[in-house]
Parts: sequence; C-alpha cells; structure tokens
Amino acid sequence: MNYSIIRRILGIVIQFTGAFLALPACCGLFYGEKQAIVYAVLAVLYFVIGKIISSIKSTNQAYYAREGLVIVGLSWIVISILGAIPLVITKDIPSFTDALFETVSGFTTTGSSILSDVEALSHTGLFWRSFTHWVGGMGVIVFILAVLPMTGGYNMNLMRAESPGPTVGKLVPRMKDTAKILYTIYFGITVTEIIVLIIAGMPLFDALCISFGSAGTGGFGVRNDSCGGYSSLIQSIITVFILMFGVNFNAYFFIIRKKIGEVFKMSELKGYFGVVAFSIITITINIRGMFPSLYQAFHHAAFQVASIITTTGFATADFDQWPQYSRALLVTIMFIGACAGSTGGGMKVSRIMIMFKTVYREIKKYLHPRAVTNVTMDGKTMDRSTIHSVSVYLTTYMLLFSLSVMAITLFESYDLETVFTSVACTFNNIGPGLSKVGPTCNFSIMSAPTKYILMFDMLAGRLELYPMLMLLTPAVWKNR
Amino acid sequence: MKIIVVGCGKVGAALTAQLSREGHDIAVIDVDNGVVTDISNNYDVLGLVGNGASHAVQVEAGIESADLLVAATDSDELNLLCCLIAKKAGGCNTIARVRNPVYNGEIDFIKEELGLSLTVNPEMAAATEAARVLRFPSAVQIETFAKGKVEIMKVRIPEESVLDGCPLSQIHKRTGTEVLICTVERGEHVEIPHGATILKAGDVISVVASKQNTRDFVARIGLKSRRVRDCMIVGGGKIAFYLAQQLLETGIRVKIIEKDRDRCEELATLLPRATIINADAANQSILMEEGIRECESFVTLTGMDEENLFLSLFAQECSKAKVITKVDRLDFDEIIKRLDLGTLLHPKNITADNILRYVRALQNSIGSNVESLYKIIENKVEALEFKIQSDSPVLGVPLSQLKVKPNVLIACISCGGRIIIPNGNSTIHEGDSVIVVTSHLGFRDIGDILQ
Repeated sequence: MNYSIIRRILGIVIQFTGAFLALPACCGLFYGEKQAIVYAVLAVLYFVIGKIISSIKSTNQAYYAREGLVIVGLSWIVISILGAIPLVITKDIPSFTDALFETVSGFTTTGSSILSDVEALSHTGLFWRSFTHWVGGMGVIVFILAVLPMTGGYNMNLMRAESPGPTVGKLVPRMKDTAKILYTIYFGITVTEIIVLIIAGMPLFDALCISFGSAGTGGFGVRNDSCGGYSSLIQSIITVFILMFGVNFNAYFFIIRKKIGEVFKMSELKGYFGVVAFSIITITINIRGMFPSLYQAFHHAAFQVASIITTTGFATADFDQWPQYSRALLVTIMFIGACAGSTGGGMKVSRIMIMFKTVYREIKKYLHPRAVTNVTMDGKTMDRSTIHSVSVYLTTYMLLFSLSVMAITLFESYDLETVFTSVACTFNNIGPGLSKVGPTCNFSIMSAPTKYILMFDMLAGRLELYPMLMLLTPAVWKNR
Repeated sequence: MKIIVVGCGKVGAALTAQLSREGHDIAVIDVDNGVVTDISNNYDVLGLVGNGASHAVQVEAGIESADLLVAATDSDELNLLCCLIAKKAGGCNTIARVRNPVYNGEIDFIKEELGLSLTVNPEMAAATEAARVLRFPSAVQIETFAKGKVEIMKVRIPEESVLDGCPLSQIHKRTGTEVLICTVERGEHVEIPHGATILKAGDVISVVASKQNTRDFVARIGLKSRRVRDCMIVGGGKIAFYLAQQLLETGIRVKIIEKDRDRCEELATLLPRATIINADAANQSILMEEGIRECESFVTLTGMDEENLFLSLFAQECSKAKVITKVDRLDFDEIIKRLDLGTLLHPKNITADNILRYVRALQNSIGSNVESLYKIIENKVEALEFKIQSDSPVLGVPLSQLKVKPNVLIACISCGGRIIIPNGNSTIHEGDSVIVVTSHLGFRDIGDILQ
C-alpha cells in the first residue's frame, strides 16, 4: 500500500473542499448572514491544511487499483466530515451526527434529510447543502482530475473507482480530457436549468439550489414541501431536467460530436426511457381517481417517476398515500436507478439489462444444452468477466442491503416498510422512502446507530460498494 | 499528436508506453480484449477492441482527426490493409510493420505504391543494429547522426587505460583527438559530466565525434578497433538470417547453430556461403566442438530469452568473443544490465525507437525540429539532432552566453559538412545541424534548451 500517495491526494481533496466552501461563503455575504464568516474562515483553513499535507513530496508516484479504491473511499469520508463541521459551528444543525448525516446525504446525492423545518436554515447552510449535491453528482475526484495536472496513467485507477457503471468508457484518449468534457457537459446543463427556471418565474436562490439538487440527482429542496409549492410549469421543467441528468453522459458527448445516430443506438437509453414510460403510464392509470383531471394525475406521476428512477428524490405529491401498486412500482424503480455514466444512483439500467439477458441465456441453455450463446450490449459481445462482475455486484448489493435492514431492526421498532424503504432509499441514493420516512417525513426519528448504518449505505451505494468494502477489509491495510 | 496504434504486441506496447509518456493522444486497437484492458489500465490511452482494418473501428478510434496510424499486428497483410484504409478514411500518415523477408526485397515499391510513410521491420532493424556493433566491436552501442558523419558511441573504459583517473578537461591532451564525452554511467548512477569530472576504469561513457576521430579515440584508450573476422550465431530465426546476410556482405565468416532440421535446410539454401550447423546449442560440447573459444564474436538469437542469457554468460566465461545477447520479452532491464552479457539487443525497443524518431520528425511540420533522436540511456538521457531554422533564438550567440538549462549539452555542430566539437566561443548558424545531449526528455525545438 502506497500510503504517501494516499496522503498526498487526500491533501488535495481537503484543499478542494476549502475551495468549495468559498461558494456558500459568497452566498452568505450576499444575504448579509454572519454564518458566511464561519464558512470563509473554514475555507481558508482547509485550503491551507490541504496545501501543507499535499506539498510533502510523496516518495513513490506509482499506485494501483487498491490505492485507487482506498483513496476514493477515504476522500468521500473526509469531505463529508469536513463538510459537516460548518453546519455544526453555525448551529444550523447543532448535533454532529445529524450534520454528518446531512452532508453524507448531500455528497452522495441521496437527499435524505433529518431536518423537519428546512426553511429555518440560513441561506448559507441551504446553499452549501444543495451545492454538495452538485459536487457529489459527478464526483470530487473526477473534478480534481479535470482541473489538476496529474501525471501518469495511474489516475485511471481513481476514475474507475469513482464513476458509476459496470465498465468505464473513456470518451477521448486522455483521461484528463474525458473528465473535462464530463464536467463541461454537467456544468452546461446545470446552467441551462438555472436560466430556464428563472425565466419560468422561480426566485434566483431557489433556482440555484433546485438546479444543483437535480443536476447531482440529489433531492435537497429549500422548502418544507420539497417541490410541491412551485407552479406546475416549474415542476414540469424540473421533471425534464432530472430525466436528462439520469441519461448516460456519453449520449451528450455523441450529440456534441454530431453523431446523433449513435445516441439512438444506445440500448441502455432505450431501456431507461422504456421503464420511465411504462411506469408513468401505469401509475397515471392507477392514481387517476385521486386527482381532478387526467393531466393532473399524469403530471404528478411523471414527476414522481422521474424523481425516483433518477434517484433524485424531489416530491410534488405525497406518494406514500398512493395505491399499493404505485408504491410498489416506485420502490422497484428505486433499485433499477438511472443509466450508467450519469449522476444517478441505484443498480443502473445497464446492469439490470445485462442481468436479464444473462437469465434469458440460462433459460436458452436448458432448451439447447449445447448452444453457444453470447450476451450482447449495443451489438457488442459482453466479456465474460464483465457479466461475472455484474452478477457478483448485484449479489453483493442484495447482501449488503439485507444486512443493513437486519442491523437497523436491532435499533428501531418501526414497521418493516419503514425500515426496508429507509435502507432502499439511502442505499440507492434517492432520499424519501415510504411510511414513516415518506416524502412528508424525515430521518430525525432514527437513532444515532441507525443513522451511521444509513450513512455507510449511502456512501457504499454512491461509490458502487467496493471502495467502502475495501476500507473494511483488513488485508488492504497490511503491507504487501 | 493524435496517434492510433493497431496491434498491442511487444512492439505496439513498447511504442504506446513511449508515446503516452511523451504526451500524445493515443488510441489503441487490438482484437484481444485482455490485451486492450491491460494496456488501457496501465497507460492513459483509449482502448478499443476490434479489427483494426475495419473502417468502423478506425472511425471509432478517431481516424478522421488522427495524424498518424501505426499498424503493428503480427500479420503483414493486415498491417498493409490497415494503412490503406486509414489513408483513404483519414488521409493521415501511416506506418506499417512488414517483416516477411519476401516483401522485404520489394519494400520500396510497396511503400511508394501504397503511400506508406514508413515501414518497419523489427528483425531487420535488430540485425542491422547487431551488424553495426560487430563491425566495431569495442563499442557497447553506436549510432550515427548528421547523415552518418557524426557518431555517438558508448564504450566501457578498459583497465589501465589512459582515461583511468583522467579529468574530462585533460581528454584532448591525453588522447590527441577531438571528442566530447556526453554521459558517464557508473553503476546505477548517470551524469552529464563537466570539465572536472574524473573518469574511472569500468565507466561506460558515450562519446560524440566524427567518424575518423571515434576510430582514433578507441585505439588511443586501449580498445580494439578492428572489426571481427568471424561470427557464431545461435538460433536461426529471421534476425539471424538478416544478420548473416549483412555480415557475409562485408566478408565476415558466419556460422549459424539451429535446432530445427528443416529450418537449417532453408537457411543453407538462402545463405550458401554461411556454415549451418544442425544442433542444440544448449549442449556445451557442441559449442566447444564448433570452436566457441576461438570465435571472435558470438550472437545469441534464439526465441528464448533465458537460453540467450545463459549462452552469453557461458561465452563470456570461456572466450574472448564480442558477445551480443537478444532480450525480447524479459522486463528486468536493471538486473539484466548488471550481468556480463556484452551488448544487449532489444528488438521491440529498436523498432519502437525507429517509429518514435519518425513521430518526432513528423512533428517537425507541426512545430518541432528534431531530425533524429537517439536514446543514450533508456528513459534517462537522449541525444537529439536539430536542424537550425532562420528564426531560431540560438542563432549567432556564442555558446558561453546562451542561458542553457542544466543537464543540457551541445555536443556537436555540423556546419556545411564540417564537424565542430563546440567550445564556449562557437556559434550556431542557420542551416547547421546541432546535436544536443540532455536528460530532459521530449524536446521539440532547439529553443527548448534555453531556460
């Protein structure tokens, strides 16, 4: 294990956390809030500490997959802790556990909150909370790779550990350029959303925070009723944008390169929009009776489905009150999640598709025991090892999921629906669940140990399990 | 530059490593998924699985905006097809590896008619390198610059040489030749020396001088400068064939020891003047019988690196022959260098260097002025030849007044056919060829040497 490179990169991460804190500080100054001072002081402090740590020369520049995973896992824990400190100091969220839960939930773009009265927070705190979504959506390490000149081919090990999906595709030969392109697209769509929302009549502050929340597919709102209070035009705009952020970013790259044809060939996109369309239509029919018009039912079904499948977690209606079919379907699409290579969480559409195809292949094998069949995606044969790793991933996923549910039942006496969906919505980085953690409720009812389990789930879900599991494996920390 | 490498075998991988270190945008294509995964895990390159001769795959790799395509798969025909398609699809420069001796005879025709920028033949290049060493056996390595007028040569200082204990400033006095010592390797340590550096026996030094001067210099410091009269080659592959051909042309007697009977017959037909022995050279008594003690040079070219190493160690032990060892696959340069193996021959690196030299020259048209490039010490020190343009910042300024970066040495100036080993008062003129030795890798222009 190359500890010196881990230290160096963590130093850089701390430095960047300082830089990120400067933004809410500016926002606070704009509103003349005294909290801004805390953020500004911490920003400088983090920056200096990070600078000192990273400026000690590392003895060995070489690092491999294991260091990559460990660095990413540790980085996310470090930024979450550092990000929680200003919330505690400014007394926006006085309890450290709660503040940590809130920042972990922010960076992992979950959007589960422990706050019952969001509107009581300072603008600075609200801005920071939403901004963590934006940073966490595309990834902190990817951001660092995009702006910092880092040497060597080793950085692939970092990128692979942080970006979601079964395989990591580079868009262009150099990873730095790939990271830059990803962030440019990300930044571009976010700015577009901000502008469109302002034109539609949303206040600037809300537009910024809601855009950050939808870009990272996070889900922190700035009002107690999430997105319920906005006009239906604004809600429709948000629906469209969150669906866009759930799309594999390769699609946008193809559009930039004027290869629209390639976009229509992406089978993952077809699967994604297929699931979205199916869910919206059936839920609309299912909830028709609860709304005055068919359009109203469709409007709310579309918003909730988009919000859940992209793992954002905004709400315009209390879907906990909806009929059982709608509730069950929403929980199902929580697990499916968004496309690989997007900012969304969950298992990813492409993994589910590969799994379905593998199951189909197995059935075919029983019909024709000697048949040679391949699993294909986008017309390309999937490598055996990829299929294997997808199966192992899903198994690990379900295993961790059930373990978390079991563990929480030890500490809580709530009904199984509450416990089950609280794990489902944090593990898949969504936000609200059902029953006592439904869209109108929050996680403040949970005890401290439960909160830490859920925090672990959020991080594991966002980083696709392995970085967090690596941290818990003793063999990793032994010198080879 | 945007470069596409098709085929990630030994040469492809060595080339990719080298090019990505120099900061080019590289896409690699190979049919083998594992190889592509491996290479894109280790280097910052775009990996694609597919047939490199397919137009669709090339387009995916970005052929439309590529500057160069290098086809280095193990099939000559596929390489040529790759280049043809790339030429039509993207109009980029193309380099093909063509190694079949049948095509080798008509390589100029192929190159011309198919519009290739360069063809490389790893076996031929390795053989040429070995032949050059044998013609001049006291050198560890030798390379030419300025159209063959200047040589850069690596030699090991023998015991009791006049150079043992000689400070650099005294070299001219002691040897009476115009030479410049540009690197000194002492064990692991490498330096670009200055006037006060004191040489020791056992050091490997690289020397820049005109052709005649290198000959004199070698004689003065007590090394043999006479070329060998005979050569024993173990292993009868393609390199052995090319090498034997070149040696026979210059009148060196050649004996090839090859295990395979059929191959022996083939070689006997192709090389009527060579002695072909059908035997397993791993057998000591065979080597003795064939006169390993008396032969003047011994080259190991079998397909097994390990066998080559042992044969060479044995030859060093029992004879005074100049030994050349081929190392193809083993990746333990530091360790291998420590063994007494004579000159090492890395066919994949020789080919990769040839291509690299072309890539640097190609950049010429996009702002670089490197005429040729020679790696004195792998990944540490290289020698570059620059053609001086009229707008160069170094024109007409005496060298002592140029603010040159540390670890940069202006080794030689070739001015209208005259070779000057420069001193502080020398100046550089337009049209000169300047050879620069440096430990900064990746210079593109003579201006890069300035601070």
